[in-house]
Amino acid sequence: MNLGQHLIVAPILIPLVVGALLLLLDERQRFAKAMIGLASTIALFAVALALFRFAGDIDGPETAREGVYLLGNWAAPFGIVLVVDRLSALMLVLAATLAIPALVYALARWHTAGTHFHSLYQFLLMGLNGAFLTGDLFNLFVFFEVMLAASYGLLLHGSGLLRVKAGLHYIAINLAAALLFLIGVSLIYGVTGTLNMADLAVRAATVGPEQRMLLEAGAGILGVAFLIKAGMWPLNFWLPPAYTAASAPVAGIFAILSKVGVYVVLRLSLLVFGEGSSPSAGFGLEVLLIGGVATMIFGAIGVLASQALGHLAGFSVLVSSGTLLTAIGMSGSGITTGALFYLVSSTLTISAFFMLIELVERGQDAGASVLAVTMEVYGDADADDEIEEGGDGVALPGTMAVLGTCFAACGILLAGLPPLSGFVAKFAILSAMLDPIGGDSPATVAPHIWFIIFIIIFSGLSALIAMTRSGIRTFWASMEGTEPRVLVIEVAPVLLLILATLFLTVQAGPVMRYMDATARALATPHQYIDAVLDARRAGPSGAEVPQ
Amino acid sequence: MELVLSLGIGIMTGSGVWLLLRPRTYQVIIGLSLLSYAVNLFIFGVGGLKVNAPAILREGAEISTFADPVPQALVLTAIVISFATTALFLVVLLASRGLTGTDHVDGREQSK
Repeated sequence: MNLGQHLIVAPILIPLVVGALLLLLDERQRFAKAMIGLASTIALFAVALALFRFAGDIDGPETAREGVYLLGNWAAPFGIVLVVDRLSALMLVLAATLAIPALVYALARWHTAGTHFHSLYQFLLMGLNGAFLTGDLFNLFVFFEVMLAASYGLLLHGSGLLRVKAGLHYIAINLAAALLFLIGVSLIYGVTGTLNMADLAVRAATVGPEQRMLLEAGAGILGVAFLIKAGMWPLNFWLPPAYTAASAPVAGIFAILSKVGVYVVLRLSLLVFGEGSSPSAGFGLEVLLIGGVATMIFGAIGVLASQALGHLAGFSVLVSSGTLLTAIGMSGSGITTGALFYLVSSTLTISAFFMLIELVERGQDAGASVLAVTMEVYGDADADDEIEEGGDGVALPGTMAVLGTCFAACGILLAGLPPLSGFVAKFAILSAMLDPIGGDSPATVAPHIWFIIFIIIFSGLSALIAMTRSGIRTFWASMEGTEPRVLVIEVAPVLLLILATLFLTVQAGPVMRYMDATARALATPHQYIDAVLDARRAGPSGAEVPQ
Repeated sequence: MELVLSLGIGIMTGSGVWLLLRPRTYQVIIGLSLLSYAVNLFIFGVGGLKVNAPAILREGAEISTFADPVPQALVLTAIVISFATTALFLVVLLASRGLTGTDHVDGREQSK
């Protein structure tokens, strides 16, 4: 086993070690902490890219490669494994892509608003990466909890009444969801006797009819736990207040937390209940479909009804989750391709939007909720003096013009209009829905498909209306508020994320090919299963693989 | 023994859910604790109930005389995690009490 293979465990080890190390540094050594945190995040990005290239070395869509890392060097169903395939590599890159801008944004001022920001941030990344990499249900639980525990701390970062109230609800909901997670996992273990996902996929097919109900109940309870995280209606009332209350950089990285739930649903539903694998094939897809549509409707209404920008962004998270869940519920390789593209694009968009909101609202009079929280932290008078602390205090010239451009870009992305990647993503999903087989003949489209298409377009329209309305109110209003003092270091992350979506648009061809290969690999999970179960042990005893 | 265990799990889950839905933060945290006890027992029960059975295998012994070690390991992890997260919740609960002056979960008393 060479060094390259150990790269798989690096996305978990780097933030773990760095996060623990940062605890030892005194809180006053802010610059050192910030630099170490930034270095770790950049290293994570590099590792994620390396794994991405490893997993997605595209010779053809059929030659997907999986890297399997046996922790503790036990063969797969007995020991625990980390698996990197196209999907998890994609999610790793996405997480790292969000992590750098959000951290840079935090360096301007937010990281000084409370203690241990950088440690918590690293632990959050560790939980995220672990959840994407693990090939084992119980470790998924552990990494989920690591991620959530860090997110509790980050949500409360900056303190204030609003955050504590939202945090209380957020933590209570997630603790209850964790218990559901445990019940689901133990039921599945009780029926199949395994926790390894690949092994589970094999054994789920052979479960007898009298036990099958129990297996499906376990999977259902497990699914509820993930859907709470993903924000499916009616399990999502906690989400907008929590995300709105979080400080801007934290909300920026939280944009991917709900996608973790979506990721797990996508992975498990296709792996364990994939087409033709067992009598339970397609289990729960109707729930995802109906729930996804309901989430979209709820989110779209919420977007329209939002007065504050923060709520608008919170409900946009729901619209994004709803679209993804619907696409997973429709279960088609083509739709999954579009859904994956949409996942990346919408996560980048929402992250950029959350960070932009705070900058935009900084210029408005007090009363805007985010600003009110900010004021609470710093006190009214010295709000601007605090800035000097965060590295280079270069204020941005032409602030409103830049912010307005970013705002317009976010609006276009959320609504799914050309020329940015939101359009490409929605177009891919819709065209796959209209033409599921991919043939030339005009396929007859069922009425419920038309309804779903209508809802997807309606959710885009509602985002457009809401964004236009608040854009007019913010940027074209009379200039009674002072021009906000915005640092370059705060706008740069937003611009970076928007540039990333631009990159997605320009490179749509190769990206779409990657997504297509990913979707096809997910639809035929035998390769993943074989890779995990055939993984060789390292070392001198590696020759004999115990069965 | 099966009856006692299932009754215990059932009663604790029922009380836990009821407390979880109550409007006071203290009730919520007790409810969550009860629920986590119930879930821990449930995980333990998934491996099958055996009295006086060791979980660590010995060479040459009949496999059916051993208890399933995996649920025991899972329970241990689950206990640690739920303990830690409950402690964290307790801190937030106290912060909320201090900031709002009430122990209502919404941070304000219901107006009658």
